[in-house]
Amino acid sequence: MGRNKKMAKLESNFKNMFLSLFTICLVVAALLAQVNKMTAKPIAEAKAMKLVNAIREVVPPFDNDPVAEAYKMPDGQGDSLTVYPAKKGDEIVGFAVNSSSNNGFGGNIQIIVGFDTENKIVNYSVLQHSETPGLGSKMTQWFKDTTKPNQSIIGRDLSSGPLKVSKDGGNVDAITASTITSRAFLEAVNKAYAVYKESDADSGAITKEEKGESK
Amino acid sequence: MSNNLKVLINGLVKENPIFVLLLGMCPTLATTSSALNGMSMGLATMFVLVCSNIVISLIKNLIPDKVRIPAFIVVIATFVTLVQMMMNAYVPALADSLGIFIPLIVVNCIVLGRAEAFASKNGVFSSFFDGVGIGLGFTGALTLLGAIRELLGTGKIFSMTIFPENFGALLFVLAPGAFIALGYMIAIFNKLQKKTN
Repeated sequence: MGRNKKMAKLESNFKNMFLSLFTICLVVAALLAQVNKMTAKPIAEAKAMKLVNAIREVVPPFDNDPVAEAYKMPDGQGDSLTVYPAKKGDEIVGFAVNSSSNNGFGGNIQIIVGFDTENKIVNYSVLQHSETPGLGSKMTQWFKDTTKPNQSIIGRDLSSGPLKVSKDGGNVDAITASTITSRAFLEAVNKAYAVYKESDADSGAITKEEKGESK
Repeated sequence: MSNNLKVLINGLVKENPIFVLLLGMCPTLATTSSALNGMSMGLATMFVLVCSNIVISLIKNLIPDKVRIPAFIVVIATFVTLVQMMMNAYVPALADSLGIFIPLIVVNCIVLGRAEAFASKNGVFSSFFDGVGIGLGFTGALTLLGAIRELLGTGKIFSMTIFPENFGALLFVLAPGAFIALGYMIAIFNKLQKKTN
């Protein structure tokens, strides 16, 4: 029957249905497995690159591998944050702290904040957020604008107390119409600072052993 | 050949999935916050559409009628998974900004609709042209909608500044702007099409 130019459609009996679906799924599974194998490495690399680029953006120039030397520190609220130490030679030049807040307008906000060795914020980068586009999402740039000292957090020294938006009696101008986002963002920054403070206190003593100390 | 061209034009204009068939509205409204996002979403869908049209028209006689929908869905899901893995590997930033809408191409009714209405009844070549035509119609509409929303909302097109952002109406970047802009575009498209007829 398959000889004719116009091949007849397979009849819908159990055997045909079973065989045709089975064959399709088999071919498809093999194909996907192959492509998955091919793309697994680039996907992992892209993810790692994203993190390294974010770290590079927020701390002074370094020449070690902060991701390999990363360790976790408790933030005092039952959670722990990842700290990436940046070193030049053997000397520590800064820390990048991966921090987050669950109080954003759209839920979780993930940021990475970089500090130098003198309590000052070098820079920050927003890794993940679901804030309103055009409003809360402005936080990716808003707090970096060094031409507006009341709004930028770059170079601020947090040893004098945590950052707060001006509405809450602090000295950081919140994003226009996005106070909730701004509060959550600053909460994450303050959390990062608390962790930084602890790791800076014993920065001279940071050794490989500490990696496994806290989980 | 002229027949294939007709199929192509048909997808672009007469049966434009967005302006005429009103299919696949969910990704259309959700991902067009910028021209680039709209275009990427359109191209990803078009890739899936063309590939699934080709494969389904090739194997249409091997699929018994009663299991054709699951078979089509498996083929479509395969290509969507391929696109997703490729995007994650080579354009991670884009994959991040399109997020959940890439895997959701599987349930985009345009893709299954063309498989059922066209590819399962026609030959490989016309199915290919149908996929390209409908895909281009979809991509074009999404890019246009994205560009309009980006321009009105932020004063930019493809991230190139046309006018300062302060004059933008934020509404257009948010969800309501998608409905408003799409509504006007459909009205204008239908008006123009009536005129040419």
